[in-house]
Amino acid sequence: MTTPLAPVLLDVAGLSVSFATDRGRVTAVDDVSFSVRSGEILAIVGESGSGKTVTLMSILGLNDPRTTFVDGSVTFRGRPILGLPDRDLRRIRGKDIALISQDPMTALTPVHTIGWQIAEQIRAHEAISRAGAARRAVELLAEVGLANPAEAAGRYPHQLSGGMRQRAVIAMALSCNPALLVADEPTTALDVTVQAQVLDLLMKLRKDFGSAIILITHDMGVVAEVADRVNVMYAGRIIERGTTERLFADPWHPYTWGLIASIPPLDGPRPHRLAAIPGMPPTPETMPAGCGFAPRCRFALPRCAARPPVQRAPGRSALCVIGPEDRAPRRAEILGPLGDAA
Amino acid sequence: MILALAQRLAQMIFVMFGISALVFLIFFATPGADPAARIAGRNAAPETVEAIRKDFGFDRPLPVQYARMMQRLFVTQDLTSFVNRGLKVVPQVISAAPVTLSLVFGAAVLWVVGGIAVGVLAALTRDSFIDKGLMVLALIGVSMPVFWFGEVMNLLSQSRFHDTWLFSWVPGLGYKPLTTDPAGWFKTLVIPWFTLAALYIGIYGRVLRANLVEAYQEDFIRTARAKGLGPARVMFRHALRTSLIPFVTMFGLDFGVLVGGAALLTEVVFGLNGVGRLTYQALLNLDLPMILATVMYASFFVVVANALVDLVYVLLDPRVREE
Amino acid sequence: MTMTDPRPLIEARGLSKTFVVGKTIRPGSGRKLRAVEDVDLLVQRGETLGLVGESGSGKSTLGRCLTRLYDITAGELRFDGVDIAKAGSRALLPVRRRVQMIFQDPSASLNPRRRVRDILGEVLAVHRIRPRAEIGDRLGELMDLVGLRREYLDRYPHEFSGGQRQRIGIARALAVEPDLIVADEPVSALDVSVQAQVVNLFADLRERLGLTYVFIAHDLAVVRQVSTRVAVMYLGSIVEVGDTDAVYAAPMHPYTKALISAIPRPRAAGEPRRRILLEGEIPSPLDPPRGCKFSTRCPVAVDRCRAERPVLRPMPDGRSVACHLAPEATRAMG
Repeated sequence: MTTPLAPVLLDVAGLSVSFATDRGRVTAVDDVSFSVRSGEILAIVGESGSGKTVTLMSILGLNDPRTTFVDGSVTFRGRPILGLPDRDLRRIRGKDIALISQDPMTALTPVHTIGWQIAEQIRAHEAISRAGAARRAVELLAEVGLANPAEAAGRYPHQLSGGMRQRAVIAMALSCNPALLVADEPTTALDVTVQAQVLDLLMKLRKDFGSAIILITHDMGVVAEVADRVNVMYAGRIIERGTTERLFADPWHPYTWGLIASIPPLDGPRPHRLAAIPGMPPTPETMPAGCGFAPRCRFALPRCAARPPVQRAPGRSALCVIGPEDRAPRRAEILGPLGDAA
Repeated sequence: MILALAQRLAQMIFVMFGISALVFLIFFATPGADPAARIAGRNAAPETVEAIRKDFGFDRPLPVQYARMMQRLFVTQDLTSFVNRGLKVVPQVISAAPVTLSLVFGAAVLWVVGGIAVGVLAALTRDSFIDKGLMVLALIGVSMPVFWFGEVMNLLSQSRFHDTWLFSWVPGLGYKPLTTDPAGWFKTLVIPWFTLAALYIGIYGRVLRANLVEAYQEDFIRTARAKGLGPARVMFRHALRTSLIPFVTMFGLDFGVLVGGAALLTEVVFGLNGVGRLTYQALLNLDLPMILATVMYASFFVVVANALVDLVYVLLDPRVREE
Repeated sequence: MTMTDPRPLIEARGLSKTFVVGKTIRPGSGRKLRAVEDVDLLVQRGETLGLVGESGSGKSTLGRCLTRLYDITAGELRFDGVDIAKAGSRALLPVRRRVQMIFQDPSASLNPRRRVRDILGEVLAVHRIRPRAEIGDRLGELMDLVGLRREYLDRYPHEFSGGQRQRIGIARALAVEPDLIVADEPVSALDVSVQAQVVNLFADLRERLGLTYVFIAHDLAVVRQVSTRVAVMYLGSIVEVGDTDAVYAAPMHPYTKALISAIPRPRAAGEPRRRILLEGEIPSPLDPPRGCKFSTRCPVAVDRCRAERPVLRPMPDGRSVACHLAPEATRAMG
C-alpha cells in the first residue's frame, strides 16, 4: 500500500482467555496479539471453537466476569481498556466501539421498534431529546439504504426481512459514529444477493466515515472481497497473518491451505474430491499442548508436539515448523501449484 | 380490532355454553341414574322426588331440561338446593364470591410483585449468595403446605403472640365485607394473603429466574450490552418483558382456578366462607344444583382469566399482534 | 434419446404447492402463498440434481413435495413411472422406502436417548430389509459406508460432533437401501473443513451405491461441486435448469447470473470485480409480481417481462430457461 499508515486504533497484546467449567479451566484464546489501524478492515477467520468470537467479546468486556479469566492487554486509542470497571466500559461500548451481530433475527429485541432501539443507543451516550434521537434514527436508517426509513423505524424486528434487519443492526451500530466496528459474522445468516448488498454497505461506511472494521467470519470469499489484512485463527491462536493479497497469493500455514482447498471452486474444472481437512477442530477440553492443528495436519512432525515457532517476513507471520524452503512443494500437494506464489 | 374482540367474546360464550352443556349432561343425563332422586338428596320422600321431576321437567326431552335448568340458573335465579332445605343456590354463590375474590386478588398482587422481585433479583445476582439464598427461600415457600403454614400463622397471630405489639392488630378469624368495614377487611385478610402468596411467590420467582437466565443467553441481550446500556436498563427494557410470557400464562391458569374455588384450604384455615368451601360442601352432600352453579361460576373466571392473559400477550409481545 | 434410456426416476409436471396463511374460522379467509408454482422437473437415474435458490425460493418445499412429505396442491408427480401425486399413505409405503430425506440439522431427528445401534437397527427392523440375524453385520457395514468407526454404534447422538451426526443421519437414510436421496441443506450447518468431508462422502456414496440425489442448498459453490445438473429457483418457480458446468460458466437467466456473480470469492491480483448488485429484496410470495416474477429486480427487464409470465423454454445447448429475452438476456449484463 502506498498510503501512509494511519494511527493504531486498537492494540491487543498477549490476550489469553480461559473459562471455568464443570470440568475445570479451559483455554479458549491463547496469547493472541494484533492491532487495527483507523480505516482498515481486519478479518479474523476461523471455524467454530477457534476463539474468534471470544476474542471479540473480551475486547468489548462482554464476557461473564465470574467465569472468565482474561489476561494480557487491550489498548484503545492508547488507553488500556481491559479490566476497566463496567461503568467506564459502558461509555466506550456502543459509542467508540460498536458491535454488529451475526444473526439479525435474534440480535434485536423483539418487543421494541427498530427506531426505538436505535434511539435508545443514541440517548445512552448523548444528551439529546427523545424526538431528536428518533429523528436521528430515521436518518441512520436512510443512511444504510432502507427504502422507507420513517416507516421502518416504526416497525418491529419480526416485520422486516433478514436483509432489512441486518441494515437496521448496522444503522444502530453506526448511531454514535464509532471509530471501530466489530462485526461478528455479519453476513453469514443472509442470502448471497443480500450478503453482497451488506458487504457493499460496509465498504461504503469505511470509505465515508473512516471507521475501522474487525470482521469475524469463516468465509474465505468474504475475506478476499473486503478485508485489507487477515488473521487466521485455529484452536485459540492466530496461526497465520498477512495482507489479504499476500495471504491468498502465498498462504503459509497448512490449516490455511486446507481451508482454501475445502471451498469448492466456482469456475474452472471441478476437482473429483475436495481436499478436505481430516478430523475435526479440537474442543477446548481436547486442545493439544503444542500446535493445535498437528492432529489434523498431514505434514505434522514429532516436534509439532511443542509450541510451534513463528515464521516471519515483512507484514507476514505464521505459527508453523514448515520453513520457507519446504513451503511450496507441500502446499502444492494440497492446493496444486499457485500461479504467482512467491 | 373491534372485530377481533367480538370474535374473542363469541369464543368465550361458546366455551361457557360447552362447559354448561357438558356439566349438565354429566350430572343430569347419566344413564341409569334418576336425576330427580339425586337432586332430592339421600332418604328423600317419594313425593319430593316426584315434585322435583315435574319442577325440573325431567319427564321432558333433554334440550328442554337443559334450557329450563339454565333459565333457573341465570334468568330467574331461583334454582333451589333440596339438600339444604330449600336454600336458593345463586344468592349463596353471590355472597361467597366476594370473599374468595378478595382473598385471591390480594394474594395475586403480592405474588406477582413478589415473584418478579425474587426472579429479577436472583437473575441479576446469578450464582451469588443472594441468588442461592432466594432460591432456597422460594423452595421453602413452594414446599410448605398451605394448611400447615396457615395454621402456624394462626397460632402465632391469634394466640401465642396475639398480645404482643406484633400481632395485636390481628382481628379474629372470619371475613369482614369491604363495603361496610374497609379497615377490618384489610386486617382480616393480610395474613391469608401472605399465606396463599408464599407458595406462588416461590413458584413464580423460580420460573421467572429460569426464564431470565435463558434470556440473558440471547443475542439481543448481547446487543443491548454492546450498546453501552447499564445492567438495570438491560434487565427491565430488554430481558424482563420477553421473559414474562410464561409467567403470564401461569398466572392466568392459577388465578382462574383459585378464584374458581381452589383456594379452599386457605379459606378453611382462616374461616373464610368462600366459594371453595361452598363447592366442597356441595360435593360432600352431592348437592347437584349447587355443584352446577359453582362449576359455572368457576369456569366463568377461568375463561375470563384466559382472555385477559391473551390480552396481556398482545401488550407484551408485538409478534402476537399480527394474528 | 435411445430405446434403452430408462424412464426418469422422478417426473413432475405442473407441480404446485399452495399454503393458506392467516386462516381463521371465517370461510374464505386467509391468503394463498404459492410456495411452488407450476414446476416441471425430471430427475434421471444416477444423476445429482442441485436445487439452488435464496430463502423464500421454494426449494425446500419442492424437495418435500417430491418425497410426498407434503401433499401436492396441483400437478402430476411420478416416481419410477408410478403416479404418486394423490397417493395415500398406504400406497406411498413402498415409495417411502425407496426415497429418503436428509435434513440440515440431523440432531433434531435423532432420538437423544437411544444409541446409534438402536436408531439404525430400528429402521432395518421396521422395513424388514434384512433377516434379524444379519442386522448386526449390516449396522457395521453402514458405519463403514459413512466413514464412522464401528465402535461408535454404542454411543448416543450427543457424543458426536455436528459432522459425525450428519454422517449418522446419512447412515440412517442409507439403511433402507433407497434409490433416491433428497438432501435439504445437508452441509449448511457444518464448519467449512467438515463440510468438505461430507460433500466428498456424498460423491463417494453415489459412485459406490449408484444413488440418485436431489441436493438442495443455498451455497452455490457446494451445489456446483456435487451436482451434474442444476435447477435455479426464484419465488416458487424454476428459472433455469441445465447441465451444471454450462449453467455456472454461462448463466442464461439474469437471476442466475446475478446470483453467481454475488458470491464473494478470491480474485487474482488486478482482476476486476464483476458483481451485479440486485436492487431490493425478493418480493413477498403472498403478492408476487405480475408477469415475470424477477421483473421487479431484473436489470434488463422490458415491458413484455412485466406483463407476461415466461415459461421454461429449451435452449440450443439443451438447458431450459424461463426468460423472454434468453439466451441473449445475460449478454448485456457484462
